[in-house]
Amino acid sequence: MALILTEEQMMVRDNARAFLADKAPVAHLRKLRDTRDADGFSRSLWKAFAEMGFCGLLLPESLGGSGLGYVEGGVIMEEIGRNLTPSPFLSTALLGATALLRDGNSARNKELLPKLATGDLLLALAVDERTKHAPSATALKAERSGNGFALTGEKCFVADGHVADLFIVAARSAGAPGETDGLTLFLVDAKAKGIDTERAVMVDAHNAARIRLDRVEVDADAVIGEVDRGWPLLEGVLNVGRAAVAAELTGLGEEAFARTLGYLKQRRQFGEPIGSFQALQHRAAHLFTELEITQAAVLKALQTLDGDFDRAAPVVSVAKARAGASATLAVQEAVQMHGGIGMTDELDVGLFMKRARVGQELFGDAGFHADRLARLHNY
Amino acid sequence: MADLEKFRNETRAWLAANCPPDMRLPFADEGDRYWGGRNAAFKSEGQRLWFERMAARGWTVPEWPKEYGGGGLSREEARVLRGEMRRLGCRSPLDSFGIWMLGPALLRYGSEAQKREYLPQIARGEIRWCQGYSEPNAGSDLASLATRAEDRGDHFLVNGRKIWTSYADKADWIFCLVRTDPAASKHLGISFILFDMRTPGVSTKPILLVSGNSPFCETFFDDVRVPKGQVVGELNKGWEVAKYLLTHEREMISGIGLGTGRPLGQVAADALGSEAGILADTCLRADIARFEVDSAAFQFALERTGDLLKAKQANPAISSMLKYYGAELNKRRHELLMTAGGSDALEWESERSRGGDAARGWLRTKANSIEGGTSEVQLNVIAKRILELPGA
Repeated sequence: MALILTEEQMMVRDNARAFLADKAPVAHLRKLRDTRDADGFSRSLWKAFAEMGFCGLLLPESLGGSGLGYVEGGVIMEEIGRNLTPSPFLSTALLGATALLRDGNSARNKELLPKLATGDLLLALAVDERTKHAPSATALKAERSGNGFALTGEKCFVADGHVADLFIVAARSAGAPGETDGLTLFLVDAKAKGIDTERAVMVDAHNAARIRLDRVEVDADAVIGEVDRGWPLLEGVLNVGRAAVAAELTGLGEEAFARTLGYLKQRRQFGEPIGSFQALQHRAAHLFTELEITQAAVLKALQTLDGDFDRAAPVVSVAKARAGASATLAVQEAVQMHGGIGMTDELDVGLFMKRARVGQELFGDAGFHADRLARLHNY
Repeated sequence: MADLEKFRNETRAWLAANCPPDMRLPFADEGDRYWGGRNAAFKSEGQRLWFERMAARGWTVPEWPKEYGGGGLSREEARVLRGEMRRLGCRSPLDSFGIWMLGPALLRYGSEAQKREYLPQIARGEIRWCQGYSEPNAGSDLASLATRAEDRGDHFLVNGRKIWTSYADKADWIFCLVRTDPAASKHLGISFILFDMRTPGVSTKPILLVSGNSPFCETFFDDVRVPKGQVVGELNKGWEVAKYLLTHEREMISGIGLGTGRPLGQVAADALGSEAGILADTCLRADIARFEVDSAAFQFALERTGDLLKAKQANPAISSMLKYYGAELNKRRHELLMTAGGSDALEWESERSRGGDAARGWLRTKANSIEGGTSEVQLNVIAKRILELPGA
């Protein structure tokens, strides 16, 4: 397969680009932030996402979906990154849908997924428990209780956690933290007894939550995948998240760079556009190179998820590590090259920098993924 | 698609039957490569057989048209061939500046007579070419070159001096940039000419490098007579040919960014040992892992650029980006190899170091970001041609 978008994928991109630029540019995020919106995202925009076919992107047409793949999902994430659009698209349309589709519980899927496609069901993935991403370290306890399980523990950095209807919770049903055996995924009602959700407004004005579970009772049929053997499913879902965030960071980095490039051509000092100075030209050319190379890695990761899902781990780690590093470089250069005005809240580049920092951290930073690649390659 | 699968199966079977066992081993050193030319000698019977079998199919230049000695393969078929060769570990049957640089320029700018004359010779490895570009006072500012070719009626008389001419002392012919109109502005008076290195007045002098090797020469032209039919493209428009060829040279050099041989992590693990599967030197491990991330991404970028070019979605100056990154990556790779090798890698003349392979290889890579246009020149090209920054 050629490592470029197909014509159909370019159409999805163009549609998403026009739609988001019109309905949810950076000013949209600013407004939600400045009005201290209780949801932190726009429900009417989410309805429009559904009408565009974005919510049910991955679902088969029989469940009300568009039957598309991860490349298309990544293309939309790129546009979300370009516009810094806060949206449950990642947590619901990509992560939630992937978990349920790969589990393949047809009765549950028939009930839930059509609602997901129409934008009437929000999901959130609850994995991290400590300040750095370490899924195998999951300690939240799942103890057998009656016909099901009782869940006790804490989760943090749960994207869209405070607006979700259902959580997908990674829990330890056996073994010890650090082991990949003994993990189970559960689908948990966000309003279940014993759940305490605290919204955490993050530096980027996007949504996240801390959730505490105190003996939350769930039935055996709340299990997604297999009891004690949830690791491959969890890794699969996380790989989707990593590649999707990498795509978002790619769009974000490119937009920050495009704005910087525009400024280099327009801003004059010493009687010349500052972009005529070689000191800045070389940095801009280097940044361009980093972004282009990252883009290739991200597309490769998305294509691999579509074509060879179970073997995507190494290329996904390459993509996420690259995307985190190059978006970071892009926003740092954006602020520096804009000079004083780059430090103001009024200019958007600061918002790009904040979101890049969050995206870098989400589902493993560049160091996490370099380490993961080394482990996969036995050194 | 079905045809491509058929081609893959046939190619796989043919390679398995025709690639001699010793041609499936990685190159032990640079001397194992076959460069062809009038004075070439095969190092082994396997090398001869492998070269001749590949050349007979036109597979030394798989994508060139058959009428010029190529294999006539489509881009997809050539990719399959390369993939199958990699799979089996097949060595390149013929390395040649004729294949990598001059050939593409001739295919685009050469006259029909030139194509029929030179391309089959390149494909069959009969002529070894060298590149006469840089001069002592024309390095990064290549277009300021001063080697002159005066019109003497039926021939040009060439006088001047080139430097960093790779393997000029081993080459049979040279493709050379010369000034044919001293009055024109610097880019407009240059022509691209070909001539035999045996022509009276041509001499070469190898330059000893920090690696202790002499892959580059100084090349002198003293009243060298060159027939007029040996200009490629239009007279005084050689800069266009030169630039086109440079994009191929840059692609060639960027390929080194892929590296060859065993993965760095394994090399380091063998040298330093591991504890519970984790490399004993954790700082080096982190550096290698970050390198591996960038190296894998670069491989995808090469693949993507090829696909973008084919779909006519790429800026031609993109080769500068690949050359810049590939060169820096290869330098990084060799720094890490030296760190992993420790004092062993510093042995210059000893039995186990095979004559200082590691250190000489490391030193050689320092030229990667100079040859074919420095990294800084590549960044200039990106700034000007792709980013369209003012005054670049």
